Amino acid sequence: MTVWWIGNAVLLLVVLPVVVYLLRGVLTEAQAIVPSVQGIAATAAAGSKDLDAVPLLLTTQDQVIRTVENVAAYGGSLDVIVDDDPRGR
Amino acid sequence: MPAAGVVTIVAVVLIVLALVVYLVQTIVALRRISTGLDEAIAGVGGIVEKTAPVEAVVTTINEHLDAAVDALEGLLVKKAGLEDAVGLVDGLYPGAGAEGFRAIEGSGDVKPPRIAEVYTRGTLTLARLGREAPIAVASPAGGPVLRNVTGGSLAARMLYPEERQGRPERLSRSPVIGSGAPVQYEPSEEPGVRRRMPTNGGTTGADPGAV
Repeated sequence: MTVWWIGNAVLLLVVLPVVVYLLRGVLTEAQAIVPSVQGIAATAAAGSKDLDAVPLLLTTQDQVIRTVENVAAYGGSLDVIVDDDPRGR
Repeated sequence: MPAAGVVTIVAVVLIVLALVVYLVQTIVALRRISTGLDEAIAGVGGIVEKTAPVEAVVTTINEHLDAAVDALEGLLVKKAGLEDAVGLVDGLYPGAGAEGFRAIEGSGDVKPPRIAEVYTRGTLTLARLGREAPIAVASPAGGPVLRNVTGGSLAARMLYPEERQGRPERLSRSPVIGSGAPVQYEPSEEPGVRRRMPTNGGTTGADPGAV
C-alpha cells in the first residue's frame, strides 16, 4: 500500500507537471509558427502577382528585335551615305 | 476500492485531460500551419512558373542590344574616327569616354576632344565674325579665325537677307501709320467693309481696297 501511495505521489507531482510542461512547449512553438507561415504565404502571393507583367517581356523582346533591325538598316544606309573617316580610324 | 486506487484514477484522468487539451490546440495550430504552407507553395509555384521564360527572353534582348551597340559603335568609329567618336560619346554622356567602346581595344585610353560643347547662338555668331571673341581663337573645332580684318563690316551684312545685301537702288518705303499718316482711314462698322474711300490722294503703294 505504501508503494502505491508513493506511485500516486510520483504520478501527481512529477509525471503530470512534466507532461503539462512538454505539451505547453509544443503548443507554444506551433502557435509561434502560424504567423510566420501566414506571412510567407502572403508574400509569395504578392510576389506572384507582381510577376503578372512578366509576359510583357515577350512584347519587349519583339520590340527590341524590330528596333535593332531598324537601327541596322539605318546604320547600313548611313554607311553608304556618309564618307568614312579619311584618317582611317 | 481503496483510497490509493481512487487517487490513481484521478491522477490518470488529470494526465489524460491535459494531453487532450494541449494536443487539440496543437492540432489546430498545425492545421493552420498546413493551410498557410499550401498557400505559400501555390504562390511560389506561380513565381516559378512566371519567371521560367525570363532568362531566355532577357538573354535574347541582351544579345540583340549588344549586337546593335557593337554595330553602331563600329559605324561611328568608321565614319568619325576613333578620337572624334570618343569625343562625341563623351559629350553626350560625360565620363563615358573614359570607358571607351566595348569592341574596340584601347578606345578607353583616347583623350576625348571637346567636340560636343554647346555655345549660345550669340557666342557662335561672334566666333564666326571674329569680333574679339576668344572663342574664335580657342575654338575646340580648331581651324583659322574667320575674321576679315579689312572688310569686317561686310561680314555682319551677311547675316541679313539677300535683298539687303545686294544694296538695291530703292527699297519700297515702309507705310506711315498713326494720326500723322498722309492717308487717314475711318474705322469701319463691319470687318472688311470700308465706310468710304479715302479722299486724300496719297501714294503709299498700299492696296486702296485694303482695310
